[in-house]
This record gives sequence, C-alpha cells and structure tokens, in this order.
Amino acid sequence: MKSTRTYVALALATVLTTSLAACSSDSKNEEPAASDTTTTTTDSSPTEESDAPVTIKVVSLTPGSSDEAFAAFDEQVKAFEAKYKNITVESQEYEWLPDKFAADLAGGTLPDVFQVPFTDGRGLIENGQLADIDALFKELPYAGDFNPNVLQAGQGADGKVYAIPYSAYGVGLHYNRTLFKEAGLDPDKPPTTWDEVRADAKAIAEKTGQAGYSMMTQGNTGGWQLTVATYAHGGRIQVDNGDGTYTSTANNDGTKKALEFLKTLRWEDNSMGSNFLYDWGSINQDFAAGKIGMYTSGNDVYTNMVMANNINPDDYGLTVIPLDGADAGVLGGGNLAAVSAKADDAVKAAAMKWIDFYYMGKQIDKDSAVANAKIQAASNQPVGTPALPIFSKELYNESQEWIKDYINVPLAQMTGYTDKIFDLPLINEPTAKTQDSYAELDPVVQAVLTDKNANIDSLLSTADKNIQRLLDR
Amino acid sequence: MPTESDLSVSALAPGKNDADLAPTPDPAAQPHTRRPRRTPLTWLRGGGLSNLTFALPLLIIFGTFSWWPIMRAIVMAFQHTNLVNPATFVGWENFQFVLTDPLLPTAIKNTLYFALLALLFGYPIPLVAAVLMSEVKKLKGFFSVLAYLPVVVPPVIAVLLWKFFYDGSDTGVFNTMLGWIGLGPYPWLQSQTMAMPSLVLQATWAGAGATVIIYLAALISVPPELYDAADVDGAGVWRKVWHVTMPQLRGILFITLILQIIGTAQVFLEPYLFTSGGPANSTTTILLMIYNYAFGRSVGGDYGAATALSVLLAIFLAIFSAVYFKLTNSWSKS
Repeated sequence: MKSTRTYVALALATVLTTSLAACSSDSKNEEPAASDTTTTTTDSSPTEESDAPVTIKVVSLTPGSSDEAFAAFDEQVKAFEAKYKNITVESQEYEWLPDKFAADLAGGTLPDVFQVPFTDGRGLIENGQLADIDALFKELPYAGDFNPNVLQAGQGADGKVYAIPYSAYGVGLHYNRTLFKEAGLDPDKPPTTWDEVRADAKAIAEKTGQAGYSMMTQGNTGGWQLTVATYAHGGRIQVDNGDGTYTSTANNDGTKKALEFLKTLRWEDNSMGSNFLYDWGSINQDFAAGKIGMYTSGNDVYTNMVMANNINPDDYGLTVIPLDGADAGVLGGGNLAAVSAKADDAVKAAAMKWIDFYYMGKQIDKDSAVANAKIQAASNQPVGTPALPIFSKELYNESQEWIKDYINVPLAQMTGYTDKIFDLPLINEPTAKTQDSYAELDPVVQAVLTDKNANIDSLLSTADKNIQRLLDR
Repeated sequence: MPTESDLSVSALAPGKNDADLAPTPDPAAQPHTRRPRRTPLTWLRGGGLSNLTFALPLLIIFGTFSWWPIMRAIVMAFQHTNLVNPATFVGWENFQFVLTDPLLPTAIKNTLYFALLALLFGYPIPLVAAVLMSEVKKLKGFFSVLAYLPVVVPPVIAVLLWKFFYDGSDTGVFNTMLGWIGLGPYPWLQSQTMAMPSLVLQATWAGAGATVIIYLAALISVPPELYDAADVDGAGVWRKVWHVTMPQLRGILFITLILQIIGTAQVFLEPYLFTSGGPANSTTTILLMIYNYAFGRSVGGDYGAATALSVLLAIFLAIFSAVYFKLTNSWSKS
C-alpha cells in the first residue's frame, strides 16, 4: 500500500513540476495569431533580413476603443502584411501607463513597437530601455525633414535617435458647445482671457448645474496640467542650470496665479462641480458625457472622445489657452514610437518598417494618407484631428489637403485653436524627472481644490523641497 | 475520550490540559534502551521518500512563489535596479532614502488612522452581528448568507461600485438616499477629512462577513450551562455577552485582532482604487507608497526603494506580532 501511495505522490509531483516549468517558458514560444508559420530569427545576417520571416508585436489602440476602431486597425495590419510578405504583425491593446510599462519591460511582455509620450521618452532612453534605431532611422528618406524641436524628444544625450516622434500636440482649452448654449453663451466666441474663462464657468455652473471648469488632478496629470497653467501665466517649474543639475522652481508667480485661479473658481464661484479626482481618461469621459464645461488637455483628445467615449460631435469645441504675461506659452507634447531594447536586429528592422508604414506613412506620402483616411472614415473613426507639424508647417497643411475629402471631425468648431496655435510660443515640458515633479504637484492641486484654507505658498515650497530632493538624487 | 467540559475549558487555552491527560514519563526513571541509529537507510525504509514526495509540491510552489521572491526582495533592497539593466549594490542607501522621504510620516499616520478606524468599526460589528444571529433560531442560515455575500463579491468590483455610490454631487447614490432624511450632500471621497472614513466603511462592509462566520462557529463552542447560570443570576442579553460570551471567545478574539491589525497595516486596494492616495495624500498608506516607488512615478521604477520599505514594514509587523503574542499569552492562559 505504501508503494502505491509513493507512486501516486511521485506522479503528482512530476506533473506539477513539469507544468510549472512550462508556465515559466517565455512568451516567445506562443504561436502567432496569423495562419502562416513564422519563427523569430535571431542570427540572420542583414542582407537576408528582408526575406527571412519575422514576427513583430505592435500596439494597436487604447482599451475601450470601439469595435469599428479595432476593425480599422486590423485593415491597416492587413495592408502592411500584404506589402511586406515576410512580416507578421501581432497586435495588442495598449495605453501608456508608467506602472504597467516597467512591469511589461522587465517581464518581457512589452510589444516590440510601442508608444511613449515625450515626457517619458527621455527617461526611458537614459535607462537604456529603448533600442538604438539611429542607423535604421537615417535610412528613412525623410529623416532630415523633421522639425528639430520635435525630434529632440526622441534623441538621447548622444544625439542618436532612439524613438521617432509621430505626433505632436499643444495643450488647448476644450469646451462643451452645448453647455455654452444652455448657459446663454455664444459657442463661437470661446473665452480668450482667464477672466472670461472664470465668467463663462460661473455662467455654466449657475444655469446648467454642471461643472463650469474642471481640472485633472491624479496620476501625475495634476502636475502636468498645473505646469500647463504655469506656462500660460508666464512661469516655469524647473530651471536647467546648464551644468547637468536642475533647480525646482515650482514656487513661482505663474504657478501661484494658476492656483489662485483654481481657488477662486472652486471656493468663491463654486463653478468646478463636485468631482476633483480626475485623471486623463476619466476627465475625457465626464466631458464627453456633458458634465464639464471647460478643461485643458492635449489638442488630440478628440480622437479618444470618439473612439472610447461616444461623444456627440456637436458638443465639442476647441480653442487656445489664454496666455497672460511676458513669458507665457503653450505646453507642447507629443508621442514617440519606440522599439523595445530587447528586440534583436531582425525585429528592429521589421519594426522600423511598421513605424514607417503605420505611424509616419500617412504624414509623408499622399497615397498612404488617403488610404488610411479612407479606412478610418469608413469605420467612423475621427479623421483630421488637429495636430502640430512634425516636419514643417507647409507639409502639415499639405497633408490636411490630401485627406480633405475624408475629414469628419468638426474642424469648424476648432478654429479657435487651429487659427491661432501656430503663432503662439510652444514650450517643452521640463526635462529632468518630469513625471516625479508632476507627481509631487498632484497633491498641491488636490489640496487647493479640497481644502478651503490651503496655503498655496507653503504647499509650493514643500513641493519644491521634495522635487529638489529627487532631482539631486 | 475527553468530556465536553474538558473541551470547553481547554479549547482556548492550549497546552494546559495536555499535561493532565498524558503525563510524560520521567526520563530519569526510564530504563536505558538502545535507540536505533538513524541512517539514510532507516529514513528511506521509514517512508521518508513518500513523505518527501508529498511535501514536494508544497515546497516547490511555496518556494517559487513565496520564499524565492521574498529572498529576491531582500536582496533588491540593497541594490539600485530597474530590472532591465544589471543591478548595482548600494548598501543602505535605499533605506536612508525611504526613511527620509517626507511622505513617510504622512503614510504611517494614515495607515495607523485606517487601522484604528477599522478596529473601531470593523472589530465589534462582526461580534455583535454574530451574537444577534445566534439568538435568531429560524433564519440563521439566511442571515449567514447575507452577511457573507459582500465577501464573495470580488474586491475590485466592490470598490468600483462604492466609488460610484460615493459620487459627491447631489445626484450621487448615497447623497440622494441621505437627502431623503434631510442630510446634506457630502463630498465623501472628495474631502480630505471624509475620504479615509469612507474607505474604512467600504472595507468593513467587505470584510465583516468572514469574521461573522468565524464568530458564529466559535459561539457554538460556548457551553449553554454558563448561559443558564447567567440567566439564574438575572443577566440580560448584553450582560451575558459581556460576562459569558466574550471571555469564552477570548482566544479567537485575540487571534482575529492581530490578524486584523496585520491586514489593515497592509491596506492597498481601497486607497489605490478609490482615491490613488488623494485628495492631497490624505489616504496614502505605506503599501501605496511602496507601489508608487516601484510603478508610480519615474518609468525606471525604483524597485530598490520599494523593496526597502517592504522589508522595513515586514520587520515591524514581525516584531509587533511577537510582542503581541508575548503579552497576550499570559492573558489567555488565565
């Protein structure tokens, strides 16, 4: 009897051990979704790259995007695979989340090609988490045409390109035209000064009961938007000392004015509604649902509103942020397409082809742009959302002309922004420990919005001390 | 077979009665017998191999998923690492960084506040509920199900549901319900003072059911003669609870207390999902700080600082538990 027990125990132990070993094997062994058989090559010489089959994992869209959006993306994947017959593309949903990124990279589940905002790009490059694609980048025919101010976001300290900027934006003031009308305001005359913003917010809050003005406050977006408001009031939250060190200057007049503005709207006018814990996704959600009159965010959020939040296009309006003061400017940002540092040469080459096709093609080449626009429009996806030029303003205008027939976003409701943005100074985000600085400023914004007696001066001094501690580390 | 009275008296004071039941032989009085030599062969013949194979799955699973990560974490606490580049040893720097973090006192205060509130609300309520339920003879099963239902709901779902209920506007669910009895709309999670109690309320609702079931089971072990004696002395329900039930349940109560303290010291889900530590760090707990070190801010991921703080927390809780058991050991024996 004892021997039977032993045999059963041994068998169980063996089964468990082997199943554990199988679980721990890398994701590289998983089968590709496509029907044709492919393998990841590791040691093919460069000259044979173009013929050897290779699989790349790319990111598709943010989770929560509509089925039509995903269908449109799959169409593009098919077009790419038809053009490059040896490359198989596997895609997965993706949203830039710093916590998930670190775990993904360490665990090896990060796609080969993924998107990173400008702010985080530099940090990733410093940490060696992005592949060096400088040589492959220089082979692109349009490599020299990039706006240098935009390209620098993807360059390392050595000047090499580690990520390619594919979209640039400036921060704008989004407003709900329907709420404007309900409040008796003219939706074609959005506010142009901060005092007008205050007055309009008050009108909306009184006449419609919705929040007149809202602000992001969580997940580093509070600090981000506070920096936007700081720039708009002529301040800066960080100074580059030029010798490799940085000084935190969060306690400056611009930031103080921005916080005073929030304090006034919140506690005197009560025009900011009752929700003060917003991040990028949730504020878009509430805006699309008609609960917010005005807020600031990147000028490209209309895409997210359509794809994931079902906005009524008639509600949407976009204008420039009011600027006040000598050094005032608009915070610029953008997105980079990067290749994971763990990709081998064959995968890197294929990844660059995908970047060229999916991210850059529609901005450079008329046929790609039209083809992409056609697919997007057919699936009711937004075409023509305003952006800032990656290359030159002329090329940007030209590319808008190409897809003129497919533009389905209400550009007429965005003229407040598109007419003026090119004349305004664009300022880049602070360069050192950007996300950390934003994270330290989140509680400052939250405190001002939830505590009537918040002392702005002391909050900012504390933030400065904390950020400096991290800058010096 | 031990009698019922033996069980009831000794059940919660382990060790005391064993001596009475089975007196150990006096070693000096034993005749000097030759004990068999223990060799690998005797181990094998004695069924050692089958013991090992039965223990093997447990060893492998715990080793891989519990002990190995703990060892790794302790090592990482002394390193500067982002899990991609090779790690470098930095000695005590992570601990220094963590202990001088200006947010740490706030996090400790908030964690203690959460633990205290959870103790005030969450500790007596299951006991009261269990006592009430044990008095009701007929629908006890039904009430048990009701009490346990919140525990069955997945925690993330429960939190998101409550987050929706806690909406601060006039049309939020709780504000509407309170409006029916004339209580003003409350900001709930939007207020620095109300945020933590709101979290505790949800945490209590979610966790009380499990403790209720434990107490219900323990209540059965209280001998009814004691209640009869109390009745004779003219005690009402609550005096019976205070003088009969609670002393009898002393052992269980001590265990659930330390478990609750250790559990609430590591609270993460509610602050993370409800408010992400806000507003203005009023709900930032130690675990949330650890999470932010590793995943929250810079994309490099400061795993060294995160593991350093985790190690400090683990050491503190271990010392606290040791002290607690030492202190309560003497109490529960009497």
